[in-house]
Amino acid sequence: MEGDLTEMGKFIGAGLACIGMGGAAVGVGTVAGNYLSGALRNPSAAASQTAMLFIGIAFAEAFGIFSFLVALLLMFAL
Amino acid sequence: MAAEDAQESSGLEIHPMDQFIVEPLFGEGGGVLPWYQPTNVTLWMALTVLGVCAVLLLGTRRKAAVPGRGQMIAELAYSFVRNMVESVAGRDGLKFFPLIMTVFMFIALSNLLGLIPMSFTTTSHIAVTAALALAVFLSVTVLGFVRHGFGFLKLFWISSAPLPLRPVLALIEVMSYFVRPVSHSIRLAGNMMAGHAMIKVFAAFAGVLGVGAFVPIIAISAVYALELLVAFIQAYVFTILTCVYLKDALHPHH
Repeated sequence: MEGDLTEMGKFIGAGLACIGMGGAAVGVGTVAGNYLSGALRNPSAAASQTAMLFIGIAFAEAFGIFSFLVALLLMFAL
Repeated sequence: MAAEDAQESSGLEIHPMDQFIVEPLFGEGGGVLPWYQPTNVTLWMALTVLGVCAVLLLGTRRKAAVPGRGQMIAELAYSFVRNMVESVAGRDGLKFFPLIMTVFMFIALSNLLGLIPMSFTTTSHIAVTAALALAVFLSVTVLGFVRHGFGFLKLFWISSAPLPLRPVLALIEVMSYFVRPVSHSIRLAGNMMAGHAMIKVFAAFAGVLGVGAFVPIIAISAVYALELLVAFIQAYVFTILTCVYLKDALHPHH
């Protein structure tokens, strides 16, 4: 019974941790969308800013990866 | 384990994490392996290093005016990384170009080799990526102090902000500085692990669906194409963040 409860808590916790990935999705979408709208307004400046695009995506994505890590830790490590 | 019983009774066995198990090449696994034991990680990491050497050395062996395929790849990789270092870290960052080129080629090739079926992705292990990220973090920090002495600490003291805010910002900056190696390593490992685990989950669906298996097989193909892209983009992201950290060490003034 005790073990079942812990198991259940792990699954619920891992599922809740996945909500954080939605935040990363919003962040990456915002970065990419704003890049695209900026690039359409001034296509000549777009190529020089792709590095910034990927840096921005990487930073936004990091937090989604953290929540994925929490889910993995709950499922397999604890 | 109630969950495992339920899986076995329905015939659906998903072991998406089995592909990341470190096993010795010879003999039985299990327990703590001695450090000299060659494992599948050793094998694939050695293959990666050999592959990098082959691409770059064989590619540039004949310096033809009209480059062939091998020379094209080597030259593309070289100019790609060189442009990245120059545009992000500046001209004085070019001194560290060999380090960054090494990091990029190693990560890119080990990500791509990991996509071969039945192979092992060394970069999916946090131990490997953490070693890379810590190496970057430590060398960049040491470089900053060597170049600027205690002036390097100005990186955390944002002089363009209003004075009362600066201590708070300094605290946040210090924290974010020390989170860097964590996010740097987990981003790469997490991305590789997630993609490969996803492919395995779809593969398990294909195993039980019978005739309907073509749906997950199409999905696997699509995910595989995405993973090819991700393998390259993650190597790019790791390298460009290395360049950003290098720029902070070379020019700590905001």
